[in-house]
Amino acid sequence: MTDAVREEDHEPETPLEVPSDAVAAALCERFAGSTFFESLGQAVVYIDKAHQAEVAKYLRDEERFTMLIDICAVDHVADAVRHCAPGVTQERFELVTQYLSHARNRRIRTIAQISDSDTTAPSITAVFPGANFSERETFDLFGIEFEGHPDHSRILLPDDWEGHPLRKDYAPARVPVTFKGDPSPR
Amino acid sequence: MSELLNDPETQRLQYQTAESQQELRGSSKEIVMTGAPWPDDDLGDTMIINMGPQHPSTHGVLRIMMELDSEEVVRAKAVIGYLHTGMEKTGEELTFVQGCTNVTRMDYASPLSNELVYCLAAEQLLSLEIPERATWIRMMLVELNRITSHLLFQATNGMDLGAVSMMLYGWREREEALRLLEIITGLRMNHNFIRVGGVAADLPDNWQAETLATLDKVAVGVDSYDTLLSGNPIWRERTVGVGTITTEECLAHSITGPVLRSTGFAWDLRKAQPYLAYEDIDFDIIYTDNGDVFDRYQIRLEEIRESIKIVKQCVAKMPKGDYRSQDRKVTPPPRARIDESMEALIHHFKLFTEGFKVPAGETYAQVESPRGEIGCYMVSDGGAKPVRMHIRGPSFYNLQAMGPMVKNALVADAVAIVSSIDPIMGEVDR
Repeated sequence: MTDAVREEDHEPETPLEVPSDAVAAALCERFAGSTFFESLGQAVVYIDKAHQAEVAKYLRDEERFTMLIDICAVDHVADAVRHCAPGVTQERFELVTQYLSHARNRRIRTIAQISDSDTTAPSITAVFPGANFSERETFDLFGIEFEGHPDHSRILLPDDWEGHPLRKDYAPARVPVTFKGDPSPR
Repeated sequence: MSELLNDPETQRLQYQTAESQQELRGSSKEIVMTGAPWPDDDLGDTMIINMGPQHPSTHGVLRIMMELDSEEVVRAKAVIGYLHTGMEKTGEELTFVQGCTNVTRMDYASPLSNELVYCLAAEQLLSLEIPERATWIRMMLVELNRITSHLLFQATNGMDLGAVSMMLYGWREREEALRLLEIITGLRMNHNFIRVGGVAADLPDNWQAETLATLDKVAVGVDSYDTLLSGNPIWRERTVGVGTITTEECLAHSITGPVLRSTGFAWDLRKAQPYLAYEDIDFDIIYTDNGDVFDRYQIRLEEIRESIKIVKQCVAKMPKGDYRSQDRKVTPPPRARIDESMEALIHHFKLFTEGFKVPAGETYAQVESPRGEIGCYMVSDGGAKPVRMHIRGPSFYNLQAMGPMVKNALVADAVAIVSSIDPIMGEVDR
């Protein structure tokens, strides 16, 4: 066997990182299966996607995170080197949610893993109505379905569009241009 | 049965029932706020009309579905996507060297903010230090861009409300400021001037005098808008108390920038989470308390004056030194070296064909654009192209404010309200 394997054998087990961040520590304690990771000085918590809505509610009501900043997804299927916190079960998609607390003047980011076979996630529009457009956008471009969204439809592409363009297996190609409400079939 | 339905009294009752049902489900305002689909129950004598996507006051191709009860808007919904060109997908196909040309076309009224946020995200991934002079050049350009963007707002907002001469005045001063940007960056718009590692070129000769002369012209123009509009009874009649929104609604809908500040919430990333060298600059956050169309007009007017103050300080304090990082990993060799060194030529060629590799990681960078918080979430897998490049467009989120703002407003005011949000569709649809 190669040296690399032997080196790996002797590598000491990485101790579970204790969050230096109070909010992240509270999140990890409250929601089982959460992992804290500091990414370039920014606080990131990897959460279970089932907790998405509860985490939003918890951050808003108990940690004074006043604003949802952004929701977007990432398709990791074609990564050369996958960046992920150690100990997190990696799935194809990541649902990335950014929060901002005006009162504490800080941010936090949560990342939920979403598998290719079950692309549903709880909607947080009931907690932050501002998630409306961005969840629709994530559905439109990645095909991640948000349960409980009041207006679950495509937002940027026409309603009869096929496929989700920001997935890595959606090849960019020439497509006929038609617009919303145009009766012509594609 | 049909007789009963045609009876005006029954219709009135139905109308009330529908309204009280909405109250049970939360207020009808909340439905507008959450952008729920149109409920099946009919509200009586209402009519749904479309404004746009081709309409002079929708600032591009925004379509607004409005349900009207005579002149009053009961509900409104923004339909977007007419300008969607897949720029985030394009961003995944371009290297970090090329990426700025793409993002600069998103918010075409403030292209330099887009370039800045893209470069800040890439530089965070690279852990790259930027020379002081590059930081100050960036800051000066972004503020000049804030001036041109707010002048564009003054022009279009005036025209939307019927002050057509405002269109020409706003354009006149904006053209002066754009001319200055052209002298510095080479282009009026879509500059592609802020690059990963610094800026594309050093400031030209005599830039101080040109800048100060332009600022004086803009300051005179801004004073004249103030005289023309701020105290004008017709202007005030059209704007004061129209399209009000509260701080709570803004926070719930992720609304940032001048719209949030008009509700009495003094939040500006330049002060709250300073980037570039804003800590070394003396300026004020402009905020007002009423959250109406007039306040949003006034905030942008005053912000032009603050930006003039900032640019003047940049001119006075501009440090000497490099305008881009000397890290050869991201910066091409100087032009003169290419003529004498084969290695420099290869280096230059490699940088512009293959680009440079960025370590695997993910990050989010944010700056205060003229419209609010613009953010860039960037993921790299160690290659020369980002795996994901997502722009959090302030206009995209701010457009969600339209629902609560136009509720119970008149149709004519809806035009004023959309205009006061100042959405740029290139950024909304990307």
